[in-house]
Amino acid sequence: MGRIVLKSVTKSFGDVEVIPPLDLTIEEGEFAVFVGPSGCGKSTLLRMIAGLEDLSSGSIEIDGQDATQVPPAKRGLAMVFQSYALYPHMSVRKNIGFPLRMAKMAPAKVTARVETAAKSLNLMDYLDRKPADLSGGQRQRVAIGRAIVREPAAFLFDEPLSNLDAALRVGMRLEIGELHERLQTTMIYVTHDQVEAMTMANKIVVLRAGVIEQVGSPLELYHRPRNTFVAGFIGSPKMNLISGTQAQKYDAATIGIRPEHIDVSMTEGSWEGYVGVAEHLGSDTFLHVHGSGVSEMITVRISGDISVNQGDTIYLTPQSDQLHRFDAQGTRIP
Amino acid sequence: MAIVAKPSKLGTFGRPVLAWTVGLLFFFPIFWMVLTSFKTDADAVKPEHLIFFQPTLENYLNMTENYDYWRFARNSVITAVMATLFTLFVGIPCAYAMAFNPSRATKDVLMWMLSTKMLPAAAVLYPMTFLTKSAGLFDTHFLIILVLSLINLPIVVWMLFTYFKEIPKDIIEAGKMDGVNTWGEIREILIPLAWGGIAATALLCFIFCWNEAYWTVRLTTTNAATLSKLIEGNRAPEGLFFGRLSAVSAAAVGPIVVLGWFCQKQLVQGLTFGAVK
Repeated sequence: MGRIVLKSVTKSFGDVEVIPPLDLTIEEGEFAVFVGPSGCGKSTLLRMIAGLEDLSSGSIEIDGQDATQVPPAKRGLAMVFQSYALYPHMSVRKNIGFPLRMAKMAPAKVTARVETAAKSLNLMDYLDRKPADLSGGQRQRVAIGRAIVREPAAFLFDEPLSNLDAALRVGMRLEIGELHERLQTTMIYVTHDQVEAMTMANKIVVLRAGVIEQVGSPLELYHRPRNTFVAGFIGSPKMNLISGTQAQKYDAATIGIRPEHIDVSMTEGSWEGYVGVAEHLGSDTFLHVHGSGVSEMITVRISGDISVNQGDTIYLTPQSDQLHRFDAQGTRIP
Repeated sequence: MAIVAKPSKLGTFGRPVLAWTVGLLFFFPIFWMVLTSFKTDADAVKPEHLIFFQPTLENYLNMTENYDYWRFARNSVITAVMATLFTLFVGIPCAYAMAFNPSRATKDVLMWMLSTKMLPAAAVLYPMTFLTKSAGLFDTHFLIILVLSLINLPIVVWMLFTYFKEIPKDIIEAGKMDGVNTWGEIREILIPLAWGGIAATALLCFIFCWNEAYWTVRLTTTNAATLSKLIEGNRAPEGLFFGRLSAVSAAAVGPIVVLGWFCQKQLVQGLTFGAVK
């Protein structure tokens, strides 16, 4: 259960085409993440799958059935919203049980299912509270609880962690990951945070202006970005993209090298530069190097316990087997 | 040293004085009306009995014995309650549709609805009178309920629309995902969440219906006549009987004043269109 196929799906708001024809298949049990900068159409795409947004053309199939005209409630999908979207007038128990009550399930069965879900989400102590009396993380758990009780064909997450603080976000990221491991249900997850995408996904779909730039596993995207956009978007800190004479040496319009794939020496190397800002994170140090050889500022990631100071002269050597080459259109040269 | 704005003398003393003055000014006609209702018709017009007079219940007793006050009052209650319920029954789905599934025409429809309030009632008086008479609806409860509903529908839809707009769209969409149909959404989510706003709207609508005088006076004779008609009926050709008229008026506004007193908070909220929370 939970194979979703989009066939030449488009979406226009008035005269503005936000999603040009798009094809995508999400396999059963997959954890797919739609990632891209804000306004890239990722949320719109998710809402189209949910049925909350009409398609301008094309079709959506869920488990082999054409669902294009099926109302949201009948698609068998559950959604978790960024704002949690809990019903403020209902207790946690009522919130979680709501979809079941709407499906006219027997009250005893509803209670049993709600308690199972609440147990798995550590919400047993909060069942009789109202959403207003819960913390952000608890609210998001309730929202997830409301989604899992329905045993949907697929879960849709619309930036579910954006309203949480950083520490909680990491915890919830793990919880959602574990949930996927446990349920093995298809999940589609929208985020603008590439770290979330990298850590959670089986399949990442990188979107820009409604167009799929690349689909692949996290490591595929990391090691073989199809173009400069994906190269710059996936990975943190960002990949260094260098054009000009240095790139020509490698027969490319642009070359890309990740901060962790540059060797640093104080005495010799390919590019000479001086250290602008050194960010000491403890485990790692990020050096922002201004070079004489290249016009762009280069970010380098080195292990934490190195003493480099601002203004020091430094020599950088890219690891040639980790170098990415792109043509004038920004497309990867094999 | 921190600079703290000193409360001005005008602010601490002037404002309460102003508020009391305005309050008394508005209250005075009601006070005078109630006072006059306890005077005989003869005393009512004599300046020497302006404040000091022999109070009498004659006017009130007269009213219930001779004019059948309770019939008018019952008609007022029936028409105002039914019209309010009907208006909400139509207005809630209407405002829901416009708030959560707006189309390009939504703004224009709302403006058009409001524009109907600008039509002078007198302009349609003759068509209304002839049509209702030929349809056999003249002086029926049904007609008055219908007319009161239609008059108040635009304002009710506007108010509800404003309240519904405050409900996050996500919650309604979550309902859709959770398998609720449209009626379920209205019943399970919309009405509980917008309950305060709906109550304020209902209250205002009820007051407007109760106070309506133009159509209730002109489209009724006896059967469906409301308290407005009763007051109007005491405007005798041989001169005004101020004592009697005041008693009738006081008995007509009485229920609504009491209602308004208990629901002040909701009323203020309703009148400010949800701006005060």
